[in-house]
Amino acid sequence: MDALTVHRLHFAFTVTFHYLFPQLTMGLALLIVVLKTMALRTGDEHYNRAARFWAKIFAINFAVGVVTGIPMEFQFGTNWARFSKAAGGVIGQTLAMEGVFSFFLESSFLGVFLWGEKRLGPRAHWVAAFLVFLGSWLSGFFIVATDAWMQHPTGYLLAPDGQILLMSLWGLLLNSWLLWQYLHNMIGAVVTASFVMASVGAFYLLSRSHEPYGRTFVRTGVIAGTICSLLMLFPTGDQQGKNVAFQQPVTLAAMEGLFQTVNGAPIAIVGQPDMDQRRLDNPLVVPRALSFLTYRRWEAEVKGLDAFPRDIWPDNIALLYYSYHIMVGLGTIFIAVMVLAAIQLARGAIYTSRPMLWTLMLALPFPYIATTAGWITAEVGRQPWLIYGILRTAEGTSARVASGSALFTLIGFMGIYSLLAILFLFLVHREIAHGPEAA
Amino acid sequence: METIWFCVVAVMVALYVVLDGFDLGAGILHPFLAKTDAERRAVLASIGPVWDGNEVWLLAGGGTLYFAFPALYAAGFSGFYLPLMVVLWLLILRGISIEFRNHIESPVWHPFWDAVFCGASILLSIFFGAALGNVVRGVPLDRSGYFFLPLWTDFSTGRDVGILDWYTVLIAVAAFFALAGHGALWIAYKTQGALEMRAKRAASRLWWGVLATVLVITIVSFRVQPHLQESFRSRPWGYVFPLLAIVGLSMMRIFSGLHAFLGSSVFLTGMLTSVVFGVYPLVLPSNGDPALSLTIYNAAAAPYGLSVGLIWFIPGIALAISYFIYTYRSFAGKVGS
Repeated sequence: MDALTVHRLHFAFTVTFHYLFPQLTMGLALLIVVLKTMALRTGDEHYNRAARFWAKIFAINFAVGVVTGIPMEFQFGTNWARFSKAAGGVIGQTLAMEGVFSFFLESSFLGVFLWGEKRLGPRAHWVAAFLVFLGSWLSGFFIVATDAWMQHPTGYLLAPDGQILLMSLWGLLLNSWLLWQYLHNMIGAVVTASFVMASVGAFYLLSRSHEPYGRTFVRTGVIAGTICSLLMLFPTGDQQGKNVAFQQPVTLAAMEGLFQTVNGAPIAIVGQPDMDQRRLDNPLVVPRALSFLTYRRWEAEVKGLDAFPRDIWPDNIALLYYSYHIMVGLGTIFIAVMVLAAIQLARGAIYTSRPMLWTLMLALPFPYIATTAGWITAEVGRQPWLIYGILRTAEGTSARVASGSALFTLIGFMGIYSLLAILFLFLVHREIAHGPEAA
Repeated sequence: METIWFCVVAVMVALYVVLDGFDLGAGILHPFLAKTDAERRAVLASIGPVWDGNEVWLLAGGGTLYFAFPALYAAGFSGFYLPLMVVLWLLILRGISIEFRNHIESPVWHPFWDAVFCGASILLSIFFGAALGNVVRGVPLDRSGYFFLPLWTDFSTGRDVGILDWYTVLIAVAAFFALAGHGALWIAYKTQGALEMRAKRAASRLWWGVLATVLVITIVSFRVQPHLQESFRSRPWGYVFPLLAIVGLSMMRIFSGLHAFLGSSVFLTGMLTSVVFGVYPLVLPSNGDPALSLTIYNAAAAPYGLSVGLIWFIPGIALAISYFIYTYRSFAGKVGS
C-alpha cells in the first residue's frame, strides 16, 4: 500500500470509530437535561433515577469518546503535516477554541455532575447537567466548523508560498456551509440517542423488567426521535443538499450516480454505479425528482459527471454513491418508524404493541450506520480535495512518515479499539442488565 | 506577538505537567502505597473528578500550539511520529483504567486495571521526559523544515540521533522521579491514615532521587545544548526560573501537606520555564545547521490570526480557570472526610 492510502485509512478508521461515541454523548446530554427538567418540574424521584441510569451509560460512553478523541487532534500533525503547516493558522483556531471553550467546560462539569449530586442539590445539579450538554454541543460546533471550512473554505488568503492565511475569524465561524451542516449533524446525534433510549425502553418492556422506566424511555425516545427524524429531512438535510449542489456540483453528480448532464434529472432509489460503462446498472428512479429538489423546477438542468474534468471527480464514486443512499434510505425509514410509534404513543397503545417494541429494540444499530454513512458521504464527497479547491489530499500527508510506520500504528489502533469496543459493550450491557432501580 | 504566544503555550504545557503530573505520579505509586482495595479507591477518588480536566490542558495546549505555530506542530508531530503514537495509546489505557476499574467488583478485574494504570503512568512519565530531552537536544531538521527520528541509533548525542540516547534517557529518568514525587505529595495531601504516612515516606525518599537527577541533568543540559548558556549569559534575569525550581525543591522538603505539594508544583514549573527560557527564541533546535532551527518567528502563523486569537483566548482561558477553581474547591479536602 502506498503511504497516501495508509494515511487516509488511518484517519478514516480512527475517526469513524471515534464518532460512534460523541454522537451518543451529544444526543444523550440533551435527553438527560430533559429527564432532569422533568424531575425538577414534577418533583418525582422516578425521573432522577432515570437520569442517573443514563448518566452511568453516558459516563462510560464519554470516557471512550475522550480517549479516542485525543488521537484525532494529534493526527493532524502526525499524519497530515503538510496540511497542518499550510492550514494550521486557520483550522488551528477552531480546534484550539474547542479545547478552550468546550473541553474545559465539559470535563469540569461532568465530574461535578457525576460525583456531586448529593452536595449540589437538585437545581445546581440540573445546571451541571446543562453545562455538560452545552460543552458537548459547543465541541460539536467547533469540529463541524473545522470540517465546514475544509468543505467550503472562507475568510482566507492563499499566500504565494502555499501558506493559507486567516483573514477573517468571522468568515471562518459564520461560513455559509456551517449552519446547516452543524444542525444536521447535531440533530442526527439526538436521533441516535433517541433510538438508543427507546431501544433500551422497549427491551425492558418486552422482557417485563423495570417496566415503569421502560415506559419513560420509550416515551422520551419516541417523542424526541419523531421530532428530530423529521428535522433531519427538512429543513437540515434539504439545505445541506443545496450546499453540496451549489458549492460542490461534481460531488452531487457522483452521490446521485448521475453520469450525464440532463434536463429533468431523476433520483435513483436503487442502482449500482458502473464505472466502466459510466452508467447506473439496474436503476429504479423517480423521474425529474433531482431537478425539482435541487432547483424547485421539474425541468431544470442538473450537471452530470460528464460536465466536469476527470481530475476533480471524487476518487471513490461507488462508495460515495452507496453511503449517500444508505444515509437517505435509513433516514426515510427512521421517519416512518418514529411517526408510526408516535401515533401509537398518542393512542396509548405503544407499551403493549409487541411488533412496535420489537422494531424499536432492533433499530438500535441503524442510526449509527446512518450517521457513519453521512460522514462518509461528506468526506469522500470532498475528494480529491483535502481543502476544497485549494489543497489536494495527496499533497497534505506527512512526507517523512513512511507507509510502514503508518501501517504499524494503524494496526495498533485497530487492536486497541477492538479492546475498547469489547469493554464498552460489556460494561454498558451490565448497566442495562442492572437497570435503573440500582441507580 | 510571537513571544506572547510562545509564553502562552509554555504556561499551558507547564500547567498540564503540574496538573496531569500528579495523576501520573499517583498512577505510578498507587500499587506500592495503597495496599487495600479501600486505599486504592481513595487514590482513584482523589484524581477521579479532575484527571480528565487536567488532560484537557494537553489538548488545549496542543490546539493553541497548532494555530500559533503550525510549522512547529507539523514538524514536531510528524517527526516524533512513533513515540507520539505510543503516547496516545498509553493515554487511552490510562484513561480507561481510571474510568473502568470500579465498575466491577472482582479480584480479577481490579488488579488488572491497577496494573494497566500503573504501567501506563510509568511509561507516560518516561515518554514525556524523553520528549522534553529531544526538544532541548535538537533534531535533524531538513531544508523543508521536517525530520523523522528513529526510536534509537547508537545512543550518542551526535548528528545521527534517535529519540532515545543517553541524554534523553537521563531526562526521562529525571521526569519519572519528579512526577512520582509529585504524585506522592498529592496522595499525602489528599488521603489520611496509613496511606498518608506511606505516601509521606515515599515522598521524602523520592526527594533524594529528584535532587540527584536534577543536579545531573542541569550540568549535562548546558553541555548538550550550548544555546542554554547563551540565553542565561545574555539575559541574566532568567536565573529567576532556576531559582524558582530551587525554592520549590526546598518547599517540598520543609513543608508537608498542601504546601509541600505546592512546592513540587513550583519546582516543576521552575524546571520547565528554565528550559523554555533557555531555548527561546528557538522552538525546535536543529542539531546540525543552526540556520535550519525552527524559531518562534519562522514557525508562527500569520499576524492577523495571532492577534485575533488573543481576543477570544483571554476570556476563554479566564472561564476555564474559573471552572478549575470551582471544581477543585468542590472536591477540596481529604478524600472520604
